[in-house]
Amino acid sequence: MQISEKYAVQMRGIVKTFGSLRALDHVDLDVRKGTIHALLGENGAGKSTLMNILYGLYQADGGEIYRNGKRVRIKGPNDAIRLGIGMVHQHFMLVENFTVAENVILGREVTNSLGVLDMKRAREDVRRIVEKYGFQVDLDAKIEDISVGMQQRVEILKALYRGVDVLILDEPTAVLTPQETNDLIGIMRNLAAGGKTIILITHKLKEIKQSSDACTIIRRGKLIDTVNPQTVDEETLAAKMVGHPVRLVVEKTPAQPKDAVFEIDRLSVRDKRGLPAVKDLSLKIHRGEIFGIAGVDGNGQNELVEAITCLTRAESGTIKINGEEIQNTTPQNVIRHKISTIPSDRQRHGLVLDFSCEQNTILEKYRSSPFSRRGVLQNGKIAAYAEKLIRDYDVRPSTCALQPARGLSGGNQQKLIIAREISNEPDLLIAVQPTRGLDVGAIEYVHKMLVHERDAGKAVLLISLELDEVLSVSDTVAVLYGGSILGTFRQDQADEKTIGLLMAGGKQHAVNG
Amino acid sequence: MRLTAKILKKPITSALIAIVCGFLVAAVVLAAAGYNPWQAFGALFSGMFARPKYVSNVLIKAAPIILTGLSVAFAYKTSLFNIGAEGQYIVSAIVVTLLGIRLNLPAPLLIPVLLAAGMLAGGIWGGLVGLLKAKYGIHEVITSIMLNWIAFYLSNYIVNLPAFHQPDSTGTYPIRESGYIMLLPNWKRSPQGMAALSRIPWLREVMMRTDVNFGILIAVFMAVLVGFVLYRTAKGFELRAVGFNRDAAQFAGIDVGRSLLGSMLISGALSGLAGCVAIMGAAPHNISTLAAFENNGFNGLSVAFIAGGSPVGCIFAGLLFGGFLYGGQTVQADVGAPSEIINIMMGTIVFFMALSKLISTLADRLAKGSALHAE
Repeated sequence: MQISEKYAVQMRGIVKTFGSLRALDHVDLDVRKGTIHALLGENGAGKSTLMNILYGLYQADGGEIYRNGKRVRIKGPNDAIRLGIGMVHQHFMLVENFTVAENVILGREVTNSLGVLDMKRAREDVRRIVEKYGFQVDLDAKIEDISVGMQQRVEILKALYRGVDVLILDEPTAVLTPQETNDLIGIMRNLAAGGKTIILITHKLKEIKQSSDACTIIRRGKLIDTVNPQTVDEETLAAKMVGHPVRLVVEKTPAQPKDAVFEIDRLSVRDKRGLPAVKDLSLKIHRGEIFGIAGVDGNGQNELVEAITCLTRAESGTIKINGEEIQNTTPQNVIRHKISTIPSDRQRHGLVLDFSCEQNTILEKYRSSPFSRRGVLQNGKIAAYAEKLIRDYDVRPSTCALQPARGLSGGNQQKLIIAREISNEPDLLIAVQPTRGLDVGAIEYVHKMLVHERDAGKAVLLISLELDEVLSVSDTVAVLYGGSILGTFRQDQADEKTIGLLMAGGKQHAVNG
Repeated sequence: MRLTAKILKKPITSALIAIVCGFLVAAVVLAAAGYNPWQAFGALFSGMFARPKYVSNVLIKAAPIILTGLSVAFAYKTSLFNIGAEGQYIVSAIVVTLLGIRLNLPAPLLIPVLLAAGMLAGGIWGGLVGLLKAKYGIHEVITSIMLNWIAFYLSNYIVNLPAFHQPDSTGTYPIRESGYIMLLPNWKRSPQGMAALSRIPWLREVMMRTDVNFGILIAVFMAVLVGFVLYRTAKGFELRAVGFNRDAAQFAGIDVGRSLLGSMLISGALSGLAGCVAIMGAAPHNISTLAAFENNGFNGLSVAFIAGGSPVGCIFAGLLFGGFLYGGQTVQADVGAPSEIINIMMGTIVFFMALSKLISTLADRLAKGSALHAE
């Protein structure tokens, strides 16, 4: 494609190397003005790296960048903003106790001739943008009082207020409910119609089909293809992203639940600040059942898991496994009662990254026979055990036993944790966001293992922020909002719209509950 | 280039580079102050090696520092910064001195009793820090520093108690001779011993002129033992898991609080053992009024640091420090350069060890550079 004014951004032959890793290998990108252009790829494919180069956070080792057909050099975010390129990251950078308007103008304050802040005029400027693109935010609300979806809009507003023409959104829907996602897509459309150009970094195929005019696929640092997502189906997009055909549907037979093995009765938990986080929550999970909890982040998921695993105190209520109460005991006691947990933050809670893979496999059993005898570790036994897990669960590279777990990819770190937890032969397997940050192939694997455990007669509790995951994997779907379960559905009765509304707290729709 | 990078990444390399830098900086300082660096270093090394008794004294000096180094290194594996080694050393010295004066027991009883008591005292002093950390989350550095000063003033208080104070001196009475851990203290003064020794002049010099004791053997043994505990036992596995990632350890069912307490108990006991070795192993076998900290514990911090936290590394780093401390006296005597130059050298070495991350980053750059070059 030629360098032309028709394109807001063109990148040519971008090369970037980190250590011995070639993160980007001669990647080209052409983004037409006034379009929504998706950048699709697995984690670590290089899509964020490419955009960080465009935004000036990284310097490319080779290649050229053109803006409106003119060669530009971008040495830092300030250069990028001067060229009208803005980026909204996954983690917001907002001042919690400032209002929306104050946050938007922060760093670009409008002052009168005396150098005094002219809040009135600034607010007027912001209001004009809000109305033009249909943002629907309360300019005078404080950040701490508004939802995550609203905070994201504030970040977009910040970019627009700075006169940005090209807006890069990094995985913007990761934190949103389905309805918020739809609203965001609406805003993106308005922006594009108003002449702005949007680059959307994502790995969610559905959103691309819903929103984008073009889609560039990157795999392992290489440009694979640029397609029109409106004429290509999701399976094809997925295959291009992964490099081989994938099944997007979770294969499983209908559940055959048996007796209830795990029961929570009227559980209440407070968060670290002492505010109620889980309120009067009750649930029951049967053998041979995957119980999925859907919900937006921050609605009590963490506190619920921490209470079950005894990392935090339950204020009231009971938690029973096989009829025995375990609340407010110790994590060790919970493990002894055959509850195993795949934590949401695998690097913080799941693994000791500086330990070898081998050592990580015995993290919960190092004290017991045959791994230690009279207090001395039995290295031969440990090695044999780790070897078996690594082989059975296909952790790669297969020679990783003595290497630090830090060196494994995210997917393989997760496999190692799954191997360890499943080999505990738990009665209840808790999986908290088990596919966070994983690529399609690894996601498929994790889901298969959860179904496999269910079929082996275990109870599985799946807590995930990805609604699609909860809906496709679970046999029973519950919605967690504000620390309470607002509704429980059988999988075949759970439709995305109802669940989505409940996730946003819409109580009136909880008819099936 | 690859090989160079690999060598540069070895911990021992950064230690050696740091030591060389220590000498370079000291040379500059010496030259600036008008002394001949070569002469000064010559004096330093001859003060360490020129005579058998010097070597012996270096070993005597090194033993407690190796032990406090081990103490700090051990706690560090559980991610605890035991800056309280000094205080743990002092309380042990107090307890050993008091019991050593009062208990009238034969050597086979008194020596184990004193060793146990000293380690217990140090262990309690360290364990207190661990307990406060585990129970109330109080940072170990704060409590350690306060306990150091408490130990310091406690020591001075006890030195001046009439019951223990030796008249016309600044210290207490020495402990009973049955509490000494010198090598064959009676034999070497007996006629047979003197006769046997007179045939081997260097051994005679070492035996008669210095307090040759079991300290260094104890230190080496403990280094090996600590290495074994850390890397081969379930307890060590647990402590290191807590050290690397407290959250994951807790999630895996490890009682983090108990680990922190256990780690500080053991660490304190090691510093306590250093106190035992110092009092029981060498003259004057007592405690005396402290005008300032003697730094046996604080030097342990540097030793552990230079050793990169490796227990066996502590042996060598401790010997280096022991050598500098003892040989440094000769620098002052022979060249007239203030012995503080030794402190500058040690400080510089520690400083450059702290920069060793930089060296390994440089090594990465180097490897990357050569990789690109190869393409």
